[in-house]
Amino acid sequence: MPVTTVVNSASSSAGGLSPALAEATSSDSALRRFLHGLPGVDQVGAEARAAGLGTRSIKTTAKEFAIDLAIRMVDLTTLEGQDTPGKVRALASKAMRPDPADQTCPQVAAVCVYPDMVAVAKETLGASGVHVASVATAFPSGRAALDIKLADTQDAVEAGADEIDMVIDRGAFLSGRYLEVFEEIVAVREACGDAHLKVIFETGELQTYDNVRRASWLAMMAGAHFIKTSTGKIQPAATLPVTLVMLEAVRDFRDVTGQMVGVKPAGGIRTTKDAIKYLVMVNEVAGGDWLDPDWFRFGASTLLNDLLMQRTKMRTGRYSGPDYFTLD
Amino acid sequence: MTPPTDSARIDVRKTYKLYIGGAFPRSESGRSYTVDDAKGRFLANASYASRKDARDAVVAARKAFGGWSGKTAYNRGQVLYRVAEVLEGRRAQFVDEVQRGEGVSKRQAEAAVDLSVDRLVWYAGWADKITQVVGGANPVAGPYFNLSVPEPSGVIAALAPQDSSLLGLVSVVAPIVVTGNTAVVTSSYLRPLPAVTLSEVLATSDVPGGVVNILTGRLADTAPTLASHMDVNGIDLTGTAGDPEHATALEQAAAENLKRVLRAPASEPDWTLEPGIERMTRFLETKTVWHPVGI
Repeated sequence: MPVTTVVNSASSSAGGLSPALAEATSSDSALRRFLHGLPGVDQVGAEARAAGLGTRSIKTTAKEFAIDLAIRMVDLTTLEGQDTPGKVRALASKAMRPDPADQTCPQVAAVCVYPDMVAVAKETLGASGVHVASVATAFPSGRAALDIKLADTQDAVEAGADEIDMVIDRGAFLSGRYLEVFEEIVAVREACGDAHLKVIFETGELQTYDNVRRASWLAMMAGAHFIKTSTGKIQPAATLPVTLVMLEAVRDFRDVTGQMVGVKPAGGIRTTKDAIKYLVMVNEVAGGDWLDPDWFRFGASTLLNDLLMQRTKMRTGRYSGPDYFTLD
Repeated sequence: MTPPTDSARIDVRKTYKLYIGGAFPRSESGRSYTVDDAKGRFLANASYASRKDARDAVVAARKAFGGWSGKTAYNRGQVLYRVAEVLEGRRAQFVDEVQRGEGVSKRQAEAAVDLSVDRLVWYAGWADKITQVVGGANPVAGPYFNLSVPEPSGVIAALAPQDSSLLGLVSVVAPIVVTGNTAVVTSSYLRPLPAVTLSEVLATSDVPGGVVNILTGRLADTAPTLASHMDVNGIDLTGTAGDPEHATALEQAAAENLKRVLRAPASEPDWTLEPGIERMTRFLETKTVWHPVGI
């Protein structure tokens, strides 16, 4: 755990940053010094570790557990220009009862929509316990003035969103204006009120794992509840090594501050096999504490059907087919 | 294929792989078995397909279905004709494999290979004719057109015959794919080499990947998975000829999603006879549409 050597204080104060971290965010240059002082990521090592963890064999009861857990972790997402209230209602119904043929199938964690669809989703979900997540802050590019981003966020919160998925300004981040990004996240967090904030990095645009690590620390120090890989609009979206780096970051952050931050890979996770690889990695890298929908989510749409098909296979012994699940 | 006379040369002991989605993967199980000729001498190693391989093959076949069934019937006929050409080009290899695997004379093996080529050409010709024969305009007492059109069912699992390793195999696969279905084929267990070589022919003859997927190994490992698979639309049980108990169990499993079933014969049919169109029509669905005349 190399990070603890960088930040020479392991003392934590719930709700606030330790003095060392608070000092790091006091000015642009201090923040840059801190972020660039984070140990570099060994690219080959991270990829090999992720690939190695992907080879674990998860079978029978462990697989049943993993599938149900993965279903509970899904943020069922529809972020299309052609979304209609009808489609959002259908998706929300599916979120509450993913497999109508099976009462024991758990609910998903949340439905993720654009801000204008939040009210529709909220109305359908009611008090079911399924959260409504809304993207905000000029998703997916993040290219708008701060006041517009804040208004976007407030709109979603007022419409009833329980969770806000914001995008960082990659332009500012990549050109090294870290404090600007930091302050933006702080401002959006404030605008969120009681809603949970997920910060999307769009790792496909960050170029290096070092940048992913820096963005992770930046967002966590700014008060993110969750850090999220991608919008799903850019390829590559979530990958195992990127998620590995982020899981290391949340683990190290808890060691330093005592605060737990969640992780959400999104985009490109389509099969049960992939999802289980992620769960293995969560357990091995961050720890069992993160194996909970409060701390780990999958941003996905097609993944859910594959999980349901595998679940049906485990229960009936026969392979299922896409004909027996909804198209969404 | 004949043993080298020069003792200095070491034999290449081949281990053949499966044919799934246009690629040649190893079995997911990693297992293989030795294939002997009719006299018990070693021929090669072949892969034991597992139920996961069967599942992967179904996924590949499903993926290929849209493209293959969407091609024009004429085009499918051309592709099948091309398969016949490429198969003919590897005649010597097929003759050798049939002869050694089935323990027949060279002349009989040659006849089987030639007939396999002819069978492919025969089915290729059916591609753009079957619609006229089993479909058509139905007479109605009203101002309508009423048209019946045969359409492919989807993914068909085919248990190829155990004895006739090439002619039987071709006679089972060709009628399934010529009408636009895609196929997952389990080869003869004891004589898989012609099936392996056929997969090499298919891979080099314009057949899109996934249209035909060939699994070698024991029927008991893959057939129940295919029969019960909800995303398989039909199953040809020819390979279980002479084993009515197994065939019945598979038919029961297939009933769950109302698969089209081509039932197993009591014993393997004489493949040299002209096959008729039953093998094609079994895996066709008739779509009937009413269409108003005029405005």
